[in-house]
Amino acid sequence: MIAATAPNKFVLAPPSKAGDIAFKFLTWGMAMMVFVLVALVGWELFQGSKLSLRQFGWSFLIHDWDPGNGNFGALPFIFGTFVSSLLGLMIALPLSLATATYLTELAPRWVRQPAMTLIEMLAAIPSVILGLWGIYVLVPWLREHPYPLLQKLLGWLPVFHGHIYGQCILSAAVIVAIMMVPIITALAREVFRAVPDSQREAAFALGATRWEVTRLAVFKGSRRGLFGAAMLGLGRALGETMAVTMVIGNSTDLSASLFAPGSTLASAIANQFSEAVDGTYRSALFELGLVLLLVTILTNILAHLLIGAVSGPKDAAHT
Amino acid sequence: MKPLQNQWRKASSAAVSTFCFLCALMVILPLALILFHLFRLGASSVDWNFLTHLPRPVGETGGGMANAIVGSFVLVALAVCVGVPVGLLGGIYLSEFGSPRLNWAVRLAADILNGTPSIVWGIVVYALVVVPMKGSSAYAGGLALGLIMIPLVMRTTEAMLALVPNSYREAALALGIPKWKSVLHIVLRTAGKGIVTGVLLACARVAGETAPLLFTASGNQFWSHNLSEPIASLPRQIYTYAIAPYDDWKRQAWAGALVLILITLALNAGVRVLTRGSGTPAGE
Repeated sequence: MIAATAPNKFVLAPPSKAGDIAFKFLTWGMAMMVFVLVALVGWELFQGSKLSLRQFGWSFLIHDWDPGNGNFGALPFIFGTFVSSLLGLMIALPLSLATATYLTELAPRWVRQPAMTLIEMLAAIPSVILGLWGIYVLVPWLREHPYPLLQKLLGWLPVFHGHIYGQCILSAAVIVAIMMVPIITALAREVFRAVPDSQREAAFALGATRWEVTRLAVFKGSRRGLFGAAMLGLGRALGETMAVTMVIGNSTDLSASLFAPGSTLASAIANQFSEAVDGTYRSALFELGLVLLLVTILTNILAHLLIGAVSGPKDAAHT
Repeated sequence: MKPLQNQWRKASSAAVSTFCFLCALMVILPLALILFHLFRLGASSVDWNFLTHLPRPVGETGGGMANAIVGSFVLVALAVCVGVPVGLLGGIYLSEFGSPRLNWAVRLAADILNGTPSIVWGIVVYALVVVPMKGSSAYAGGLALGLIMIPLVMRTTEAMLALVPNSYREAALALGIPKWKSVLHIVLRTAGKGIVTGVLLACARVAGETAPLLFTASGNQFWSHNLSEPIASLPRQIYTYAIAPYDDWKRQAWAGALVLILITLALNAGVRVLTRGSGTPAGE
């Protein structure tokens, strides 16, 4: 009996659970930080904009911006934000989809990776540099060549009326399009690559040409993911600050012409925050931030749901 | 099928291919143009003086951005102190402990944070830190950049840890190693390169941010000797100089932009060297 129990004394104790519990708790706390931060951002903006919320209520969304008389409203900025972002998306989306198609379906293999690297480099350019290039290179060129041409051809439309300043909503749309292209291209490429090769092979086997294969086997099932990619690009465009501030002209007036200077929610904050010393003015700028946050959250949630459907099974595999 | 119809199908396929190729060229074109103009307008002004001198007052030519370059590094270092611990540990939770349902919610929240405009971070940190501290500081700027880093680091960490084969974890557990040790010493080490990649990319991203710094770190024409003072940063200095009406400042804005893009591209290139041959995909 003694002989039987003696060796047990040397058996190692099972590892202590304390370390595991502490570690799990620590990492859990850090993961929960994302919720804390979302709440914190919302709360701080709400606190900051209280004064303005109380004074203007819902009419803040449909009023003009007149700091001289102490009247504040976000309408010109909401207009500028949506017009520049949606126009930017209209420019960026076809370009991105064509590029992603080229890179996944058409290009020779040795071109694909280097080309994608270049597009990632475009995404890595800081927005202040894009803005610098925008004001001194892009905008002067746009003002000299494409804008007069546009006005000559489509001048009868009210959106192309008026003096061509160069720094205008249309220029902001072009800059924002340049920033959106790498994002949408990269996501669209993922969406196309998620289409199984067997589908393409089946289409080829039926005698389809390359374009027919792309159209029938690749595009058909990708619509949802592509919509998500567009939403994510749009989310980026809505909140873009520096490059837009530098090329949009920063006028707080509302104008129907795309050639007129304007402002976005983000550019108005960047431009006016340091001069806004009195309470209501600063509070109104915080409310612009709140509006901007809500708009981007909505676009991002939509994008997340749409794209989650594409990458869902891959994520589920390791959880 | 009729031969004419087949010809039409082939022709349209070729036309679409050409169109897509041209679009791809159009997409690359801005990158080429930006780099071209940065070198043409900036290269001649980037010299030893520019890299080692303080900005001169308006009207005097010359001077440099030494304080802004150092300031940017300081701010990114502070951001790493905030962003990496939270992002890394949060990513570990998602990959090693989380349940599918909770992970879905955390990912959604991280995506929301990632999509939060950088100017919003600027005014939130302003209200959170600058107002109570009664002045802008390097701490505030570093915090703003660090908060931006959190979702970036969290998502790449999670993605990289997911690539570690489960057999590694099982082998460690079979040896009786506690889970936290196996995560730190085996899982994390295996994914190390990928995580460092993610952190470097996040650094490159925040190093170029201007909007969150406008009202938090503010700017400084001199050296900052204390982290509770306003501090200069390269993007902020480029912005100030770019919109100023002085020719000498514009020249320096281009030079600063060239330095900034070289730093950003060097970080990106470093990532490629790091991931080459290891088979680890480089972040998202």
